[in-house]
Amino acid sequence: MSADVEDTHKRDFLVLAGNTFAAIGGASLLWPFVQQMNPDASALALASIEVDLTPVKPGQAITVMWRGKPVFIRNRNADEIKQAQAVDVKALVDTSARNDALPDATPALDEDRVKKGKENWLVLVGVCTHLGCIPKGQSIADSRGDFGGWFCPCHGSHYDTSGRIRKGPAPRNLEVPVYSFVSDTKIKIG
Amino acid sequence: MKIISSLAAAAALAAAVLVVPVHAEEHHFEYERQKWTFGGFWGQYDKDQLQRGFQIYQQVCANCHGLSRVNFRNLVQKGGPEFPEASVKELAANWPNKPLAGPNDDGAIADKKGNLLTRPALLSDPILGPYRNDKEAKAAQNGALPPDLSVIAKARDVHNDGIWYVHFAKMGRDVFNGYQEGGPDYIFNLLTNYAEPPAGFKLGDGLNYNKAFPGNQIAMVPPLSADNVIKYADGKGTFEENAHDISAFLAWAADPALNERKAMGWQVMLYLLITCVLLYAGKKQVWNRIPH
Amino acid sequence: MSGHSTYEPKSNVSKWFDERLPVVRLMHDSFVAFPTPRNLNYLWTFGGILVFCLVAQLVTGIILAMHYVPNDQMAFNSVQHIKRDVNYGWLIQPMHAVGASMFFLAVYIHIFRGLYYGSYKAPREVLWILGVFILLAMMATGFLGYTLPWGQMSFWGATVITNLFSSLDGVIPGLGTAIVTWLWGGFSVGNATLNRFFSLHYLLPFVIFGLVILHVWALHVAGQNNPTGLEIKQPADAVPMYPYAVTKDVFGMFVFLIPFAYFVFFMPDWLGHADNYTPADPLVTPPHIVPEWYFLPFYAILRAIPSKLGGVIAMVSAIVILVFVPWLDTSRVRSCKYRPIFKWCFWAFAFTCLALGYLGAMPAEEPYITWARIFTFLYFAFFLLAMPIVGILETPSKLPRSIMESVLGKPGSTGGHMPAGASAAPEKR
Repeated sequence: MSADVEDTHKRDFLVLAGNTFAAIGGASLLWPFVQQMNPDASALALASIEVDLTPVKPGQAITVMWRGKPVFIRNRNADEIKQAQAVDVKALVDTSARNDALPDATPALDEDRVKKGKENWLVLVGVCTHLGCIPKGQSIADSRGDFGGWFCPCHGSHYDTSGRIRKGPAPRNLEVPVYSFVSDTKIKIG
Repeated sequence: MKIISSLAAAAALAAAVLVVPVHAEEHHFEYERQKWTFGGFWGQYDKDQLQRGFQIYQQVCANCHGLSRVNFRNLVQKGGPEFPEASVKELAANWPNKPLAGPNDDGAIADKKGNLLTRPALLSDPILGPYRNDKEAKAAQNGALPPDLSVIAKARDVHNDGIWYVHFAKMGRDVFNGYQEGGPDYIFNLLTNYAEPPAGFKLGDGLNYNKAFPGNQIAMVPPLSADNVIKYADGKGTFEENAHDISAFLAWAADPALNERKAMGWQVMLYLLITCVLLYAGKKQVWNRIPH
Repeated sequence: MSGHSTYEPKSNVSKWFDERLPVVRLMHDSFVAFPTPRNLNYLWTFGGILVFCLVAQLVTGIILAMHYVPNDQMAFNSVQHIKRDVNYGWLIQPMHAVGASMFFLAVYIHIFRGLYYGSYKAPREVLWILGVFILLAMMATGFLGYTLPWGQMSFWGATVITNLFSSLDGVIPGLGTAIVTWLWGGFSVGNATLNRFFSLHYLLPFVIFGLVILHVWALHVAGQNNPTGLEIKQPADAVPMYPYAVTKDVFGMFVFLIPFAYFVFFMPDWLGHADNYTPADPLVTPPHIVPEWYFLPFYAILRAIPSKLGGVIAMVSAIVILVFVPWLDTSRVRSCKYRPIFKWCFWAFAFTCLALGYLGAMPAEEPYITWARIFTFLYFAFFLLAMPIVGILETPSKLPRSIMESVLGKPGSTGGHMPAGASAAPEKR
């Protein structure tokens, strides 16, 4: 009788252990199969670009490609800077600076979205935070929306001269990528 | 029935007498197999050896051969030579064979003198050889194309030969030993078997005699020699070491994932063995419920 | 699928579902309660192993297609990109390449098992013929897939094999050339060829999948053969598929995974050819063109015949002849276990296939050509002479009366005696 019980336990344990091992193997095989869809080594290697700012006059903007996305670089004039600095952060839709170089909790002050001493240069990832369209406002002829920054025509999001969301469905300010000034007129993004 | 037995007998006889003489014209060379740190089941690359090998590539091979499927960033990555990133950045920036930069903002692909626009290489760029294309290479090399070396260690192999049963025995030995180093073995033998042609051997114009090369006539001049040994950073180095190190480096260039693959391979094999034992025990228990 | 169902829905939900779409019932009857002969040996685990192989090839293949570029300028480098840069590409690419070899290894064992135990005989003819179609589709898929890395062997293999169709010029002048040009989409193997080969290589595995479903269906109608070749005649002859056959199948599969993993992790290139690491060059043919190992016997037959059209016909016949095996074999006993003479013919045939495989890898020169001719003759002699003649002349040895008897060595000691009418005495002539 007791031998019977023991046998049942042993049997169940062995079958269970075998099945568990087989299942673990199958499950761990999923990892490479999922991982392979993430950016590969060659995509990760193209992480930084250098941009020459000499041709961009005050009031003008250029768009460059970085990691397959447009990066807006605007040389803001004094009015635009003043406008951006005057905004009350507490009234904003998104109060985070969204600067990849700073912690998320940094308030969305204009000074935290630009480099000190280079306040005229605003560098943003040009992708609307709503559903990924490219906002208008880079070319002179574009509508810049109600706040003089950018306007996304897809669903009507308005950004100000600091790239912060002010009106419309977009939930977050335009992202500031990690970048640095290599020289007075040259930046390195990424 | 008689026909059948004789058929079976014929087959058995065929098996017994199938002796295959080695074809006289075929290139015959006994490739000397080397001991590699990355050979066998536990083998891993020796990063110092890869660094020395890269030095040989840079000083010798790169004069003619590209390495275009290897990027500078690969020289930094784990499982390779693992040079410090800063030094490889500098190496890339100063690499003589620069990637093309044109067209520029004016749409030009060459400067006013007609030189193609280039830029310094970045970590993400391939390690280019001196020639822009195969035709330029052939024109510069007397009509012979120096092949790209990225996968050369996999594109070359040492062949097993011999009578059929010897052939099968050798194949079995290779499987048993996990032998995958035919490429580096071939390269090493090629580099160390330049010789004076035997008397009466008619050597083609611009060709060199090599005992390990099929046909014995190779366009490549001896890249390494005992008279002109490449010295390493520590001031040491011999001809044989040069040949070993470049072969190992090219093996890595062709198979940069080997370290990771073999390390994971053992874990997988161990897992499979344990699981097989457990599944067998479970299966036995299940079948013990019934007479079988 | 046959007989009455033993599935009982346990909950109201499953009962509700079962009344509307009895797919769970179908699975239960096909893979859980399905009666399997209790004497199956490990050769019968290869059916399940092959399903695993097919699924593994589909999964890894779909993944590779996410990164591969079917373009003659970029294909070679894209495979290198997969192996060097894609996350775990160094693992997934060899899994697919080695997987193809393991798939063929398993399918050949499966076929030889069927030949040895007479699994092609009535009522399993359709099951067997579906299997031949699966083999043909696998060969086409394997050949198309080998083209994709666009190395020297890929390119020249594709050139040589597609040129086989030009032998039809011997039937109607111009026909073969027209077909070859149509296959290539050009006047040589090129980018157009690579693109369509990629498309078809992606399509065919799903055709195989459909054929496998029919194959399994036919299997469940006729029931499994077994080492004795006897039918299941009493309940004691069979055990439910779950847990008995399933535990055995899973164990068999994991044993099969050991050599599979061994090649993937330690010898990923051993089953291939070094020349395929040289990018395709339409101006240079490698000195020895050899197909992948699993095509070598057929390649030897192709080269053994001195005429172009004749060689192609012989090679195609070597596969198609399998379709007629159910009718070529005249014996009334299925299993070679009880066929003292045919057993030896079988082993001679197995040796013939190995010898042809060896000869297919050797250069096309003497003495290999003569040997290839001898073994080609033996290959066909097995089907056209041994199968019909031995079946008539041979006296089978004594068969057990039931599967149960063969297992326990004594007639129906635990499982009840079978009805006298169903006795399966050895056929004597």
